[in-house]
Amino acid sequence: MFILVAGFAATDIWRFLGVYLGGKLSEDSDLLVLVRTMATALVAAVIGNLIVFPGGALAHTSFGLRIAAAALGFVAYLASGKRMAVGIATAEFLLLAGLYLNF
Amino acid sequence: MSTWTSDATAPRSTWFLRGVRAAFSLPGLILVSSFIGFAALAKDAGVTAVQAAFMTGTVWALPSMVVLVGAIASGAALPAAMFAVTLSAIRLMPMVMALAPEMRTGKTPQWVLYLLAHFVAVTSWVLAMERLKRVPPHMRTTYYAGIGGTLVTTNITVVTVVYAVADALPSAISAALLMLTPMYFLTSLWGSARERAGHVAMVLGLVLGPVFHMVLPQIDLLVAGLIGGTVAYGLRLWRLKVRAA
Repeated sequence: MFILVAGFAATDIWRFLGVYLGGKLSEDSDLLVLVRTMATALVAAVIGNLIVFPGGALAHTSFGLRIAAAALGFVAYLASGKRMAVGIATAEFLLLAGLYLNF
Repeated sequence: MSTWTSDATAPRSTWFLRGVRAAFSLPGLILVSSFIGFAALAKDAGVTAVQAAFMTGTVWALPSMVVLVGAIASGAALPAAMFAVTLSAIRLMPMVMALAPEMRTGKTPQWVLYLLAHFVAVTSWVLAMERLKRVPPHMRTTYYAGIGGTLVTTNITVVTVVYAVADALPSAISAALLMLTPMYFLTSLWGSARERAGHVAMVLGLVLGPVFHMVLPQIDLLVAGLIGGTVAYGLRLWRLKVRAA
């Protein structure tokens, strides 16, 4: 029930509004830009928390290793011309290598 | 490059299967890997396999699902959880707004578009925006149903399988799986930001999230989103004004 109300309803309302408004509202309108920056900052906050305060097995790795793996993975993503697979693989490789070498 | 006019007469089932095949691609594979990460995260937070599978089918937007799992794990109240998920899902609206006109023909029933809109999330959207141009207009809804339906059912299966095997994994592998979600978001969010304000908002959110997690753990995401988003928007207005002056 919790999932249905807080998850399903909260996401599909935007999808339905999108169909309804499709073509009626400009994508570049100022209000939509503000809404997008807020949504982006919120999801970025999720990313930050997942890296800085992780759970489970990731919580047993060192803070420095996680930051270094994520940062270098992101650099690899940018350097490869925004290839997600390259960025993700680099971060994972560094994390596993770091764990193997007991960082 | 072949044009669709040559096989515009192909039956509907063919176009559905072509949509299914389009889902088995690199973006689809990356999505599967991030759902593996999600399943590891949800299991760790105490969410059951049924709840996680149900969430995958009904919510179908990874960032919103991670926010929801976080809310469940921290015991947040329903209104707070709903508000955070609502804010995280706003970006779906402009995506649907861009996609719906591509699929709409004069004869497309409205309910078909509302139904298909549920499949809209980053991966299916990217695949569709890239490939729909080569699909005959009256077959586009069918093609997209193939892409979306395949991605949803595949990942529900993936989540269920990960729950079944997660306990048997060595801890280094579990740690690597938990790292998949933030890396997937980090790269996909940066790539999908349309204006520089989006990149500014992202950097602010990355820093403000952990900061508010320590100061205001119950509503950290909301506060980080509202402040980071407003500051990024303000900087954009200021820059536009400077440029105009």
